[in-house]
This record gives sequence, structure tokens and C-alpha cells, in this order.
Amino acid sequence: MTTAQKSGSGTDTIGNHGTGEGADESAGSSAPGAALSVSVWRGGPGGGRFHDYEVPARESQTVLDVVSWIQQEAEPALAYRFACRVGMCGSCAMTVNGVPRWTCRTHVQRVAANGRLQIAPLRNLPVIRDLAVDMDPFFERWTAAEGRFHPGTTRHDPMAPVDPASPARREADAAIECINCAVCHAACDTVAADPDYLGPAPLNRAWTLLNDAKDEGRDAILDAVAGRGGCLSCHSMGSCTRHCPNGLDPMRAIAGLKRATALRALRGRR
Amino acid sequence: MIRPHRRHPLWLAFALHRVSGLLLALFLPAHFGLLGTALNGAEPLDAALAWTDNPLVKFAEFGLVFLLAVHMFGGLRLLALEFLPWSPRQKTLAAAAVALAAATGGAFALQLV
Ligand code: SF4
Ligand code: SF4
Ligand code: FES
Repeated sequence: MTTAQKSGSGTDTIGNHGTGEGADESAGSSAPGAALSVSVWRGGPGGGRFHDYEVPARESQTVLDVVSWIQQEAEPALAYRFACRVGMCGSCAMTVNGVPRWTCRTHVQRVAANGRLQIAPLRNLPVIRDLAVDMDPFFERWTAAEGRFHPGTTRHDPMAPVDPASPARREADAAIECINCAVCHAACDTVAADPDYLGPAPLNRAWTLLNDAKDEGRDAILDAVAGRGGCLSCHSMGSCTRHCPNGLDPMRAIAGLKRATALRALRGRR
Repeated sequence: MIRPHRRHPLWLAFALHRVSGLLLALFLPAHFGLLGTALNGAEPLDAALAWTDNPLVKFAEFGLVFLLAVHMFGGLRLLALEFLPWSPRQKTLAAAAVALAAATGGAFALQLV
């Protein structure tokens, strides 16, 4: 079914895609009226293969639009996930031409190589079917990293003041807009190599809580992230930061956790 | 081929650090073996040292100096990343570490000729 497409002469100037590092693949855009050659991975936990589809190219088309078109017009049984379509829910991440991305805000023009797209499920998570992966192992790591709020007061106590200009609050604010998309988890080679590794997103979450003046779980958090598979396993290769679609910097957060862990050890507390 | 999600400067810096570390680890036994020849007197050591005057070995030493330098500066970069206040210029720092290593290796190569 696949036919080679001549790439058109579209522009590469579509805004509205929040990837921190800008384009990392040259755009080979298709003119409207042309078709895209799309390979979609289909299968289940036992394995699968790429199936080829031809999809009409449209102006301002996203990768999620392409997947939806295939499901609606060619392959009704195709399994994939999305909800918000505007980069908020974090459910639409897939591997697009080898790179993990949020598909609802990734424009085809920006990532297609000569009119070709290869779409696969996220790496480092078990496949349920086709493009849908099991997110449980990802969220279990959030729990293991103490990625939950640890209240120290009740509703009867006065509220703890939070100074928005304090360095700790700035650190927390810089890391807080995570949409749980698992793009960083899929990009990280340490996650791939070490089944115990908590991964960038849960550690990033732990860092926001460590810097939250209202969170009283400081020791619990540091215990969770200092152990086996914690922040000290990170090799600072920065693929998480490179690919986080929301422009967060988990590598920075993890470096902060490493400092906090080392300081606590130096002070002889653990 | 480097897979697409790895094609960025900090991953390459990680790979360079890992590869240089492994190669240095491979070199160490040879290093100790050569020093160990001194245990049998000056004669075997001198013979081994004469072998290292071979131009090819001299040239290989340049690679060794580069590996040492790139691993050392890369290691200092990682220490700075993990223990100094955060700097957003990590790519610049990685490039600087490689540049310093190239300069060190280059200086060594120049005094060879
Ligand atoms: S910096 Fe750490 S968490 Fe991020 S991709 Fe590298 S090893 Fe994974
Ligand atoms: S840190 Fe970024 S890439 Fe990772 S889950 Fe959160 S939003 Fe997604
Ligand atoms: S569909 Fe919600 S982030 Fe893409």
C-alpha cells in the first residue's frame, strides 16, 4: 500500500508546539492534496508489526489527526488513546519517527520525513494493544517516589504562608506543570536499563514536593528517592529534558534531589 | 546508528563519558603490566619502555591523553551539574569539557612532533 511521496514545499513555521528544544528533525512537509505514507505499529503484548496506510495530507494536521483518520477511515479496530487534544491530559503520547512525542500538539509538517511517518507505542511501558500502553508501571513509580502531598496540618490550623518569590517556591513552580504524559519515561535510557529506576517524572514530582513549604514529608521523600533506583541512578543524559513537551527540566530536578540527598548524608542524618 | 531520541548533545556527552571510561579501564591492565615488568629488574622494564618509543605507540598515547582528558573534564562537568547551583547552560558546559579535552590532547600531540 505504501507509495513514496515527493515532499512538497510547505513551511516549517507552525507555532504552537511546546517542545523545549525546537525541531530536531528536518521537516519534510506534504502539500495539501498529497498523501502521507504512515506506518502504524499494530499488535499486542506478544509482538506485532508495522502496517502501512496512506492518509490524506492536510494543512496544520497533527499526528493525532493522522491516527484518528486511520482509525475512522481505514482501521476501526485500531487502539490508541487521547482525550483533550490540547496538550493538557497527557494521554496521547506515542513514538513518532523514533522520538517520543505528545501527538495532539505535534504537527505532521514538523516531523514527517519526506511525507513519511512511523507511529509506534511509547517505549519502556508494556503494550496493551496497538498504540495503547499500560501506564500502571509509570504511576506506580510516582507512588514509590512519595509523589503525593504530605499534609502536616488540619483544616483547623492556620494556612502555612507560601512566598512565591522564595527560591524553593521558584524551583517547585518551574517543575510543577507536568501532564503525566510519560514522554520523558519513554525517552530515558536508564528507565530502559534498570527496572528499579523511578524515572524522570516521579523524581521531578518528588522535587516539587520537597520544595513545597506546605509539605511535611521531607524525610519520607528523601528516603524514597535516595534508595535503590532513586535519583542517584540518573546518568544526567538529559533525554527527559530534551523531549518533555511541556518544557520541564526533570534532569535539573533530579540534580536538585542528588544535592539534597548528599547534603543530608553529609550532615549525618541518614 | 544513534537512535533518534538520543541525538542531542547531552546524550552524546554521556556516551563519550561511558566509552572513554570503558577504554581507560581496558588500558589499565596494560599499564600495570608494563609497570610490573620492573619487578624483575631494570632490564625488562627498559625493554618495554623502548617498545613505547615506537611512533605508532606514541601516536596511541595521544589518544590515551585525549581519553583521560575527556573523562576528567566530563567528570568535573558532572560534579558541577550535581553539586553546584544549577546552571541552565548544560550543553555549553558539555561542549567546553570536550573542547578542553581536545586542547589537552592537541597540546600533547604537538609536543610529540
Ligand atoms: S537525565 Fe536522568 S532521568 Fe533524564 S533521561 Fe537521563 S538518566 Fe533519565
Ligand atoms: S515531565 Fe514532561 S515529559 Fe515527563 S511526564 Fe511530565 S510533562 Fe510528560
Ligand atoms: S490528547 Fe491530551 S495531551 Fe494530547
